[in-house]
Amino acid sequence: MTETPNPVAFTPERLAKVKEVIARYPEGRQKSALLPVLHIAQEQWGWVSSEVMDHVAEILSIEPVEVYEVASFYTMYHLDPVGKHVIEYCRTGPCCLMGGEEIYDYLKQKLGIQAGQTTADGLFTIKEVECLAACGWGPVFQIREQFYMNLTRERVDEIIEELSK
Amino acid sequence: MARKILTEHINVPGIETFEVYRKQGGYAAVEKAIKTMSSEEVVEEAKKSGIRGRGGAGFPMGMKWGFLAKPEGVPRYLVCNADESEPGTFKDHHLMKSIPHLLIEGMIVSSYALGANKSFIYVRGELMYVIRILEKAIEEAKANGFLGKNILGSGYDLELVVQPGGGAYICGEETALLESLEGKRGNPRNKPPFPAVKGLYQSPTVVNNVESIANMPWVINNGGDAYAAIGIGRSTGTKLISASGHIQKPGVYEIELGLSVDEFLNSDEYCGGIRKGHYLKALVAGGSSVPILPAHLITKTAAGEDRLMSYESLSDGGFATGTMLGSGGFIVFDETACIVRNTWNFSRFYHHESCGQCSPCREGTGWMEKVLHRIEHGHGSLHDIDLLVDVAKKIEGNTICPLGDAAAWPIASAIRHFREEFEWHINSPKEATQPGAVFMGAVLA
Repeated sequence: MTETPNPVAFTPERLAKVKEVIARYPEGRQKSALLPVLHIAQEQWGWVSSEVMDHVAEILSIEPVEVYEVASFYTMYHLDPVGKHVIEYCRTGPCCLMGGEEIYDYLKQKLGIQAGQTTADGLFTIKEVECLAACGWGPVFQIREQFYMNLTRERVDEIIEELSK
Repeated sequence: MARKILTEHINVPGIETFEVYRKQGGYAAVEKAIKTMSSEEVVEEAKKSGIRGRGGAGFPMGMKWGFLAKPEGVPRYLVCNADESEPGTFKDHHLMKSIPHLLIEGMIVSSYALGANKSFIYVRGELMYVIRILEKAIEEAKANGFLGKNILGSGYDLELVVQPGGGAYICGEETALLESLEGKRGNPRNKPPFPAVKGLYQSPTVVNNVESIANMPWVINNGGDAYAAIGIGRSTGTKLISASGHIQKPGVYEIELGLSVDEFLNSDEYCGGIRKGHYLKALVAGGSSVPILPAHLITKTAAGEDRLMSYESLSDGGFATGTMLGSGGFIVFDETACIVRNTWNFSRFYHHESCGQCSPCREGTGWMEKVLHRIEHGHGSLHDIDLLVDVAKKIEGNTICPLGDAAAWPIASAIRHFREEFEWHINSPKEATQPGAVFMGAVLA
């Protein structure tokens, strides 16, 4: 749960990555870098604040509103501060057939929070997401790049314990 | 064992590396195409193969390539649609993470065919780990002279870019995908102009699914005619099927098109049958968007013929008694599944994923979700069933992209085949809302 510093600045490594991404597109098409650059920003700050979005607009030479309208359209970008680990829980049909709803209730009960909330210690946020393209291995949730599949109560206990260390 | 085109080498240890992939015959298609074939000849092989778009629409890929405009001095683009988000579909995910070079090789020969010097693979952002696998594969291909400037000394240049999405099902629609690739909201474009004339950056563009492109190395190595000889009728080649739900062996299977649904569902080589002690109630054969079928229309058509895994056989009977092959997302429901709850779940998905551009879809998906929610939770009225059918009808065909149809079809078909189950929820709300309560009448019908 960190506020983003002002002025906002990418780390030198991430700034180099941002520049490399911008160079992928034809000249004058740097706006194409917007989604990847927002991912890099979220990787650094955990979420994308309006200050971060303004900074991204400046780097890409586009209007801030062009960033706001995109960041608010795509569900992966967190527009509010989140916990250290964002549990993105699949709520779609095939996972539910495999007991996804029961495991989801268990997870919420275990952490004492609902979707969209963060635990008091700032460790976990739960976010409901739609199909993660892993239906044969459901129930499924994702934390950052990692998929956790074939979830059971026991598996949820292990994961939460591991990430609480 | 059935014939494998895409997954023959998928379990070879180290197949994700260039070295092992190359040892298994990888990149031979690039050598053959670039050194011995003109781009027109590559397009011709794609046409002969008869391969149809594997993302769900099933449009012939060679024909799509043939539409590409080629004005002088304007760049052309190939964009691979790896935004796999259709509930029940996880084949591209599996293919890309397991054997990334197959897609890269397919991208090279396909880009060469279309005369594209910069091509994109648009991967849904949630698969960031797969993006890293693909980027590594691209680096390896480049280091070995199969990508970059002057590929294999031919004078042909190609750069491949992997682009992450941001979490939006709508970007699987090709014009929404192009908008997204330009750094905008994923709002589908009005057509015409089609991408083949004005696509990415207003330039001629082809958008193809991962699986479609991954078939191209085999087509080049063996010829389009050999590919067309596999399968049945106009359903040529093999298809990856993502199998999920109440089966013994969920997973991704490559089948030869024309395999019987019965064999796919029940043989140990594939799904291995329904979970022990349970029986089949319903099936969604091609991803959440296609009509759901009740047990008696799954392995046999209404005319009593064996139902096959092919574009034609699955759609036999139209929407009255058939469905679609779609993306190959094969979701199996046993008797413990509640059709009303699943239909509400899918309606929530489409409401959540509607881009909001067209009123029938934006408003209609919301109303359908609300009405289904109240039926599922014991507050529905019989009039609600007809209301759902009416709203679904008014969305279908009235939007600029197929998401509207995709939202309407699962609901209309669930009511068509499982109306009694909806009525039971409405007439017996106390019973129907008990935890785990399931209507047992429909399966006996």
